[in-house]
Amino acid sequence: MNHKPMEEARIGVYVCHCGTNIAKTVDVAEVARWVGEQENVVVARDYKFMCSSLGQDLIESDIKERGLTRIVVAACSPHMHEKTFRGACQRAGLNPYMFEMANIREHDSWATDDRAAATQKAKALVEGAVRRVAHHTPLEPLPVEINPNTLVVGGGIAGITTALELANAGYHVYLVEREPSIGGHMAQLDKTFPTLDCSACILTPKMVEVGQHPNITLLSYSEVEKVEGYIGNFTITVRKKARYINEELCTGCGICEEKCPKRVVDHVFEAGLGYRKVVYRPFPQAVPKYPVIDRENCTYFLRGKCRACQIFCPTKAIDFEQEDEIITFQVGNIVLATGYDLFDARRIPQYGYGRLANVFTSMEFERMVNAAGPTGGKIVLRDGVTEPKSVAIIHCVGSRDKNYHEYCSKVCCMYSLKFAHLVHERLPDAEVYNFYIDIRAPGKGYEEFYHRLLHEGTHFIRGRVAEVTDAARQPGEEGKLIVQVEDTLIGKQRRIPVDMVILSAGLEARHDSREVSQLFKMGCDFDGFFVERHPKLDPVATMTEGIFIAGCAQGPKDIPDTVAQGAAAAARVAGLIHLGTVMMEPVRAYIHEELCSGCRICNTLCPYNAIVFHEDRQVSEVITALCQGCGTCVAACPSGVISGAHFTNEQIMSQIEGVLWDVRRNGNGKQPTVNIQQSTANVQQPTVNEP
Amino acid sequence: MKYGYYPGCSLEKNARAYHESALVVAKRLGIEFEETPDWNCCGATEYFAINALAGYALVGRNLALAARQKLNGQGNQLVAPCSACFLNLSKTDHYMAESPELAEKVNSALAAGGLSYEPGSVRVRHLLDVIVDDIGYMTVAEQVRKPLYGLRVAPYYGCLVVRPDYQHIHDEPEYPLCMDGLLKVLGAEVVDYPVKTHCCGGHMTQISEETALEMIRRLLKSAADYRADVIVTLCPMCQLNLDAYQEQVNKHFGADYHIPVLYFTQLMGLAFGASPKEVGIGKEFVDARPALAKIQEEPPQNAKQKRSRPPKGALPMPSMLSHHKGGGQ
Repeated sequence: MNHKPMEEARIGVYVCHCGTNIAKTVDVAEVARWVGEQENVVVARDYKFMCSSLGQDLIESDIKERGLTRIVVAACSPHMHEKTFRGACQRAGLNPYMFEMANIREHDSWATDDRAAATQKAKALVEGAVRRVAHHTPLEPLPVEINPNTLVVGGGIAGITTALELANAGYHVYLVEREPSIGGHMAQLDKTFPTLDCSACILTPKMVEVGQHPNITLLSYSEVEKVEGYIGNFTITVRKKARYINEELCTGCGICEEKCPKRVVDHVFEAGLGYRKVVYRPFPQAVPKYPVIDRENCTYFLRGKCRACQIFCPTKAIDFEQEDEIITFQVGNIVLATGYDLFDARRIPQYGYGRLANVFTSMEFERMVNAAGPTGGKIVLRDGVTEPKSVAIIHCVGSRDKNYHEYCSKVCCMYSLKFAHLVHERLPDAEVYNFYIDIRAPGKGYEEFYHRLLHEGTHFIRGRVAEVTDAARQPGEEGKLIVQVEDTLIGKQRRIPVDMVILSAGLEARHDSREVSQLFKMGCDFDGFFVERHPKLDPVATMTEGIFIAGCAQGPKDIPDTVAQGAAAAARVAGLIHLGTVMMEPVRAYIHEELCSGCRICNTLCPYNAIVFHEDRQVSEVITALCQGCGTCVAACPSGVISGAHFTNEQIMSQIEGVLWDVRRNGNGKQPTVNIQQSTANVQQPTVNEP
Repeated sequence: MKYGYYPGCSLEKNARAYHESALVVAKRLGIEFEETPDWNCCGATEYFAINALAGYALVGRNLALAARQKLNGQGNQLVAPCSACFLNLSKTDHYMAESPELAEKVNSALAAGGLSYEPGSVRVRHLLDVIVDDIGYMTVAEQVRKPLYGLRVAPYYGCLVVRPDYQHIHDEPEYPLCMDGLLKVLGAEVVDYPVKTHCCGGHMTQISEETALEMIRRLLKSAADYRADVIVTLCPMCQLNLDAYQEQVNKHFGADYHIPVLYFTQLMGLAFGASPKEVGIGKEFVDARPALAKIQEEPPQNAKQKRSRPPKGALPMPSMLSHHKGGGQ
């Protein structure tokens, strides 16, 4: 195949050193020299930093002075600088889509140390871009209107913050929460480190504000089922699970909860340490105030008898016939603040959780010390009565451990210190041992809090705990839990007998984060956390336009960082709403009407319903405003008459030919071989040819 | 299923009970064993400590011989009931696969005897793993004729089978549960033996008796604390240490332990209805007969009472993860 560009293309090629990022591995001078000899290339240069203003000036002046009609920059990923160079083209009067970027950094120099191979690959990538750009046509970006409503998924402190920031700025928010109440993990906590202010006291006013805000539609006990559309125009389908309570009649008096004869262990809010009724509100300050009936455990639903709640309800609000409700609405942007799951400590059986009664998880202990928790704030053993005389707190359970999670969960050191403080405060005679690997206290007032604990008399033993066992060896160990650890500061194995063990479990991604990321069509990393657009410079945006992330869904973090991210996401969304329109890439499908056979195959395949069929002319047409440029119809068209702008067959085939420039056919014409040997002879040390 | 069988030296001498009971159990479960012809010692721990290459060559010879076994073309799987043999065989296979250099050296040594071994061509299995994974709890349950009702057993895995777990066969190398599940299938009452993967001391008895006796004492004490009638093992070394040195531990520490130490295959054989003599009962130092006399015809009555409610005011106890392998219980 030979694809000739329509007019004679005058191409300028710029090979970036990126300091030493590219130049260390790729012989950039050689790539520039070589590409200068290729067809249609008028000028080829290499330069230290193409993204600098001097680098951009170079492109601009060449366009003006040498009459360039197409530009190729071989540098980093287009995610980094495509916009930069398109801007340079535009300033020089060239349509920005007459530009193509070859990624010779992430895809090449960073991927290998082999200089010869890297240089060879750079030539292939650049040649592909050169041949492709010859077929580019001028395009205009498409304006898209932004629906001013926003969907926030997750009603923890991150989602609450985002929702309130946007609502207070005057924009409407749909806040969807899976549990019966908003509040998230923060509502379960007693005190917050390092200031020790009461978690509920600072959280509940915000929860109330969400519940009463005219700009917030709160959908609790609900889950997002379907997400359609794109930035500015998402259509959201939410399943509002049946509460079996008529919200219009319910006053939240709590009589149903009081009269319900059945209680079950509450594995969610009480972390398994306490019980709740089958009709319940997770906690007294729940927002909304309406209870839910736990259908799986309800005696009426199981056996068709009981109805105690219904009999006693003064407003007749109990409705056993209620069904799930499907709600659909439109939003312009989405913020995912779905939070974290606590690492399941049973996965480390040598620590005994689930086997040894007096081993507790951190969340269990959090509920235990909470005045509103199952023990009323008393620190007791599993029997509910005995106060422990000694408590061991084991750090890094599931974190910093290649068998489970390699990352540091960031908050465990600090909450472990808080636990130690609370034990000292409530049981002044108890000994407290912290078993840690390193104390990580980076934050305002955090290190000071650690010092305070050192003075309070907590024992700090540095070493990863090998096991927690009830197998006593010596008389002093009988009836105790023994923590076996290598004390790495004195270089000795130690056995510390204690009454109570608290496992400071790490934070992990939600168990269903992968499904959620697929639902919203955005990325999720190896650990299941949502991937930000840039780890440093764009931590709340994602690679999907119009979808933002905040809080622990992005990675473990403490409350201040979570709140900062929640507010940051709100600011990003507010910015877009304020603009009113965004310019979208004009990457859209187009049907050549005169060639269309009217078979209508594309009509049903289009996931965005963007193709209409004209009965009168018997042809299909793409509605440009709805098309997302996914390419499904382009591939499916049996007549090959749908082309995707900026991804035409000619552009792609030319690029492939360019990438394969060094594949020569040998004698029998069957076996293509790659000719790398030849190029290694040309490899030299880089010489910087300043233009 | 047909497997290659590598008994190792101990099963021919001190652990004859293991050998005999393994064959009884295998027959009942339809496992066919073909002993590797002309096998030699695996080198135990000493050989590797003194000259690693010679150790690898010694084990490599067994692997080479096993690779030549035909086994009706049912895949080349070699079963080693002894923990040390199992570890050495899988270790040699693992390191030969990891290091072509080592594989070449071992093979040049084997060439002197006209042999060679391609790493990965034999899959080394432990007997417990074969019974739990290939046969499954269901099939085992079908063979049970005389359940071990009322017998409290402490499952003792020792260290070598579960760690380092080169083949990732264990549910949890630090706290395995597969033998616990197997013994429950036999009807026994399985105690949650906290030192189940602690070391028995190995050959420490020959090096520092003081140290060895303390290690053995800890294991016996924990079993006694849990009121176990029998310690169940899968390793000839562990069995020897706990059984043959029990008297000495008693003398040394002024204790009075009488806990018989049996192989899991012996208990399987008994549950399958074999006579004590058939499965080698009576070869042990600490007489197992008084403990085995506790086996009842009916399931103990107190099993139901255990599910009673916790005392009023007590906090709920978390449940355990259920991740038993095998064909279900």
